[in-house]
Amino acid sequence: MRITCPLCGERDRREFYYYGADDYLRRPGEGAAPEAWDSYLHLRDNPAGITRDLWHHEMGCSAWLVVERSTITHEIRSVKLVSDVQEGGK
Amino acid sequence: MRIDGKGLIDRKTALNFRFDGRSYTGFQGDTLASALLANGVRMVGRSFKYHRPRGVMTAGSEEPSALVEVIERGQQTPNVRATVQELHEGLEARSQNRWPSLRYDLLAMNDLFAPFFGAGFYYKTFMWPRAFWERLYEPAIRRAAGLGSLSGKHDEGIYEKAFAFCDLLVIGSGPAGLMAALEAARAGADVILAEEDSRMGGRLLADTVEIDGRPGRDWAEGVLAELDAMPNVRLMTRTAVTGAYDHGTFGALERVGLHLAQPGERPRECFWRIAAKQAVLAAGALERPIAFADNDRPGVMMAGAVRAYLNRWGVASGKSVAIFTNNGDARKTADELTAAGIEVAAVIDSRPDAPALGDYRLYRGAQVTGTHGRRGLEWISVRDQNGERRVEADCLAVSGGWNPTLHLTCHMNSRPVWRPEIAAFVPVDGAVPGLHACGAAAGVFSTAGCLEDGLRAAGAALEAIGQKAPKIAAPKAEDGAYDISPLWVVPGERRAWLDFANDVTAKDVRLSAQENFRSVEHMKRYTTQGMAPDQGKNSNVGALAVLADATGRGIPETGTTTFRPPYVPVSIAAMGAGGRAAGFAPQRFTTSHEASVERGAPMIEAGLWYRPSYFPRMGETDWRRACNREVHNVRGRVGVCDVSTLGKIDIQGKDAARFLDFVYTNTFSTLQPGRVRYGLMLREDGHVMDDGTTACLAENHYLMTTTTAAAGLVMRHLEFVHQALRPSWDVRFISVTEQWAQFAVAGPRSRDLLNSVLDQKLDPAAWPFMACGAVSVSGVAGRLFRISFSGEHAYEIAVPARYGAALFRDLVARAETMGGGAYGMEALNVLRVEKGLLTHAEIHGRTTAFDVGLEKMMSKKKDFIGKAAAARPGLLGAGREQLVGLRPLDAEREIGAGAHLFRKSDPAKREFDQGYVTSACYSATLRSWLGLAFVVNGRARHGETIRLVDHMRKTEVLCEITDPVFFDPEGEKVRG
Ligand SMILES: [Zn+2]
Repeated sequence: MRITCPLCGERDRREFYYYGADDYLRRPGEGAAPEAWDSYLHLRDNPAGITRDLWHHEMGCSAWLVVERSTITHEIRSVKLVSDVQEGGK
Repeated sequence: MRIDGKGLIDRKTALNFRFDGRSYTGFQGDTLASALLANGVRMVGRSFKYHRPRGVMTAGSEEPSALVEVIERGQQTPNVRATVQELHEGLEARSQNRWPSLRYDLLAMNDLFAPFFGAGFYYKTFMWPRAFWERLYEPAIRRAAGLGSLSGKHDEGIYEKAFAFCDLLVIGSGPAGLMAALEAARAGADVILAEEDSRMGGRLLADTVEIDGRPGRDWAEGVLAELDAMPNVRLMTRTAVTGAYDHGTFGALERVGLHLAQPGERPRECFWRIAAKQAVLAAGALERPIAFADNDRPGVMMAGAVRAYLNRWGVASGKSVAIFTNNGDARKTADELTAAGIEVAAVIDSRPDAPALGDYRLYRGAQVTGTHGRRGLEWISVRDQNGERRVEADCLAVSGGWNPTLHLTCHMNSRPVWRPEIAAFVPVDGAVPGLHACGAAAGVFSTAGCLEDGLRAAGAALEAIGQKAPKIAAPKAEDGAYDISPLWVVPGERRAWLDFANDVTAKDVRLSAQENFRSVEHMKRYTTQGMAPDQGKNSNVGALAVLADATGRGIPETGTTTFRPPYVPVSIAAMGAGGRAAGFAPQRFTTSHEASVERGAPMIEAGLWYRPSYFPRMGETDWRRACNREVHNVRGRVGVCDVSTLGKIDIQGKDAARFLDFVYTNTFSTLQPGRVRYGLMLREDGHVMDDGTTACLAENHYLMTTTTAAAGLVMRHLEFVHQALRPSWDVRFISVTEQWAQFAVAGPRSRDLLNSVLDQKLDPAAWPFMACGAVSVSGVAGRLFRISFSGEHAYEIAVPARYGAALFRDLVARAETMGGGAYGMEALNVLRVEKGLLTHAEIHGRTTAFDVGLEKMMSKKKDFIGKAAAARPGLLGAGREQLVGLRPLDAEREIGAGAHLFRKSDPAKREFDQGYVTSACYSATLRSWLGLAFVVNGRARHGETIRLVDHMRKTEVLCEITDPVFFDPEGEKVRG
């Protein structure tokens, strides 16, 4: 498996640390309901198809990345910097 | 038997080798198989299940029968295919799966009981009684079956692994592969041409083919010379591409030293990971057998292999060769044998309309119904419309057609499709993204077609990477049609082999269908067909055809055969190359490592780091004496300990303080420059992640320390919190763990010791507990922190790593003159247990701030990571197991971590569990064993007697529950 880091280029997956679904990007605000925290911490989709998950270029530039890929074909659609995604979303 | 003037062997270089203890001679360029055949050795092993005599069947890596053990320098490698092992001087090999000898194998009696040993035999027979399985059946079966044996010694061989990158990976170097490589190379692409054979050329080495009016192998030499001269081309022989993986990654196994008598420093094998932008699969095709009675007798070979032995190695596979075919390819075999002066006994062609094209006896519409001979083939029986006859032959060349070598195209879940006109499966386009199958691997069976198709595939690959393909005209070559009329099994009563390696016959497959294992996946598992080292290369399609027939379906409806990596067997040693012993994980050494080892300290692993366990002195008979002395030194005088392995993270930026407030439970924005604060970090789920101190070095500049174990985790966490949750904040982190050597100097005389090395004496008023600042050590700029992990008046002094070794030696020497010395991990642990300080034994991932008694550190005034989840009802309250101290009522009774705790009146059973011990040690200071433990509602139970039961060590000790801080609970010493 190879991931194209937006900063470093195409690299072997051994350089990256896998975290989990990109749900982790949507942290509930202070005082959010317990249900929101439950969902944030524990509830995940398990799609057959496109998924977005978080990878850390730990052996490279230390950027956190959102990798959009297919769980069926393993095709990687896009790789974005988490910081871009989050700042863009604000 | 050698044929004069034929073959690509070097007849001037004779090589001596041994097989089953007998000496033979071959030539440079031989494989073990060709050399054995040349020496008239026909029987080379016994089969897996029935111990039937077996000989060489093929000339390639697909060989199912000629599996041998190779002996080298005390090692023995089983299941080596004699067709792949190149001959070298002194090669020693042994037949396998026979006892006591190949000729007289006692277990051949299995064959007599064959009626009982059919498919499913094990499942049906050995099911009952259950207890007999382990004690009786399995050992007996293991002795009888199997494929070779290991030496039982460690493999001392050298292995290697490596990475390679290219624009285009071309797999296979026959006509299609060579054309593809040439086109891409001329286009300027970086090309790797990988060939599993020791020599490039594919079938051009094995067949007599003309290309552009020249012998095919000469044409290949020309192309290879051009490729070899180009800097953008890498030619890799002896390299089998074993798997296709995601995003253009391929695995490949290179045989580096296995063909050499004196490999020297060369590895035996190298496992490659090749990252290719595009790939061309030009792996050719494998000839398939026909199932007929006793078709496994030595002397029965594949027709293409018979030609390969003749043309490449100058070996006649027999004196009189019969040919059995269902396609037009057999004519080549007959013509070439005749031209080489070998008698063609007969051609048995199953096609009623087979054309007569040569000067040989032809039986049309005929079939081979049996083979005969004691230790190898002597004659065959042939049936045609005129009845049954006997044909004398010591070799039978069989061709049941060709299967494209499409294995790699199946590795990413694609299934091939059936092409009836060639009676074979072919890969579908896009089976593996970026992989273009061509030539025989795509079902193109003429030489001209392969040359053209190689150009097409390379053109498509170049286009995909945006490179322009040069104009190359395909050379002229034979373009005959491939005429096949499928024949899978010759009907008959006797056993007809499909899978030679696993001893599976056509009857077994029919039985599987009869017992309703009708899906191809079920049939495979029921019969074990395709599960031997050849992975069904020789048998999958045949078995599928028999299953289709038995279930009254067509082949495509019955299913498709698929393949998983690896294409050829790969030794685990090659994949794990370098990972043995010290190579298993990187080793991290502190700057004091050498000095510690010199002092005789046993070094223990702490993650990847190595740290001293204790520093033994003369007269100390065990580690505990050394540990006790070191503890006394620190409590009474002064000790020195390397703490550089703790994670150090430099944090800067104008939002650094805010950021620390967000990742720690407590507040850091109030921390002044020159001060240090203890901090607690939670995971977002409310459990403790790590703890440590953070120093404010200057405004907007902090140095965070983490535990040794969690250094990487915390760094990753900080980056995540910043980039994902607070991306607009101005803060940056960098690990400086390896840039600074840091030593704890602890004990009542620690300040005296430091004053002796510092350029300026410490002013006690300026250095209260939890102060930090810059210091100068013999002119070297360092940092000093007044922090303590021992409960003593203590400091940690840091200097740039290059001064670490010198400072450590200096500090320890000075400490010794003061009656102290270095201390190791054992003493460090005792000191912190006495003080009830935490390590990852306590913050082990399931404990909360509440559990460890630090809930007051969770600020109510701000949000922080883990705040919401830590407030969940289940993570607070009396029901939680809380940190306590434990003291055995009898102070000398040893207690150990991992033991569980029960009420005195309760049985020591899981349902009565009250908690568990996380740390334990003997405290020389308090002259008692001490423990830290988690106990249900523990803080309210101080003073209670509890029963400690260690089920592992079989001990039981009554203990008193106490406060976790045993020593100096008021903290007077640390502040003093
Ligand atoms: Zn990167």
